[in-house]
Amino acid sequence: MENVLDGIRANQDALLKEWLQNLKSGIRRRDLINDSDLNSQATEVLSAISAVSPGTSLERIDSAQWQPVRELLAGISSSRAIQGFTPSETATFVLALKAPIFGLIRKQRGNDAERLFADISAVNDFVDKLALHTTDSYIHGRDQVIARQQEEMLELSTPVVMLWDGIVALPLIGTLDSARTQVVMESLLQAIVQTNSRFAIIDITGVPTVDTLVAQHLIKTITAARLMGAECILSGIRPQIAQTIVHLGINLEDVVTKARMADAFKLALERSGRIVIRSGKSNGAAVSAIREQ
Amino acid sequence: MDRIPILRMGNLLLVTIQVDMHDKLAVTLQDDLTSRIAEVGARGVLIDISSLEIVDSFIGRTLANIASMAKVLDAQTVVVGMQPAVAITLVELGMSLPGIRTALNVESGMQYLQETSRAEEQDMDYDGDSAEF
Repeated sequence: MENVLDGIRANQDALLKEWLQNLKSGIRRRDLINDSDLNSQATEVLSAISAVSPGTSLERIDSAQWQPVRELLAGISSSRAIQGFTPSETATFVLALKAPIFGLIRKQRGNDAERLFADISAVNDFVDKLALHTTDSYIHGRDQVIARQQEEMLELSTPVVMLWDGIVALPLIGTLDSARTQVVMESLLQAIVQTNSRFAIIDITGVPTVDTLVAQHLIKTITAARLMGAECILSGIRPQIAQTIVHLGINLEDVVTKARMADAFKLALERSGRIVIRSGKSNGAAVSAIREQ
Repeated sequence: MDRIPILRMGNLLLVTIQVDMHDKLAVTLQDDLTSRIAEVGARGVLIDISSLEIVDSFIGRTLANIASMAKVLDAQTVVVGMQPAVAITLVELGMSLPGIRTALNVESGMQYLQETSRAEEQDMDYDGDSAEF
């Protein structure tokens, strides 16, 4: 088997030429990567394989000797993921190396069928493993991007707004799932403690659908806030959602609901002993003032 | 043995839980508090759990029981200062403690208790007046 590695090392240039030819005929996405980049990537991979110490087994590519090759392929595949290649195109990059090496082995072994077969199956396994590794890294790279975006969305989506002394509002936008509801619940309860608020308004104008699960989450949040000594008002329920809630048989009887956030704010002001009065006119527009009682 | 101190302020009782509650402590508190309510004829009980960070279903149930027992002995219970994590845990355990009054801090809890006892006194005054006619 060492002979295969030695063969690769000795015939690097010929292999590279043939590999590149295969790649260029095989990859249709010529717009995504130019020839010189492809050239340098292939050269790097081949020289990394050649640089592995003689006598290394082809069978165990997870051993320390193959570390540089693995890292190089991981780097290439994550850059492919960003460039917009599909996973199969990324794997083809490595798989296209098979045919040139097979040709090389055939030339070396001649008519010795026994050893020819042994070498070819070893190389076949080896290149397959490299290709699988490439695909794994490709998918890993994508997963990381998705996880990061999810985290960013969670951070973006739960602002707690202070409307008045002792009144906070939580405008919810987008679909609520379990993970998001957990963040929403925690940030609202945290805000209640920090701002010492007796009233919390949860506005669901931006929530597209309310099913039993979402309602369950909302009720849990409201109950937890009540346990802490704050009162929750639910606002922004659209007509369709009101219909859905009733059809689903969700019990919102213990929850104070208001159609608009303004109504909810007014109720919170009233319950905390404040009234809104109109104090006069300026530039034709009515000016309101909140009087503390 | 550990005991949770019960302070008396007029006709109100004030309990501050400063240590982690274990089951035996909770039962002791329940005993002490009920006998104390009966002893001093308390009209209100304020339980401050702002230092309580761990809660389980037994503690939650004990709190609910204390409130119900106090109610039977004609005292209103207010639980104040519950931590967000504790509130979430209780809700996830399915214990929404429907019979318990809650408040954000000792100040607002105290205010609530004083208001209710004042309202009751006024009611009593009214009853007294009407009895004279």
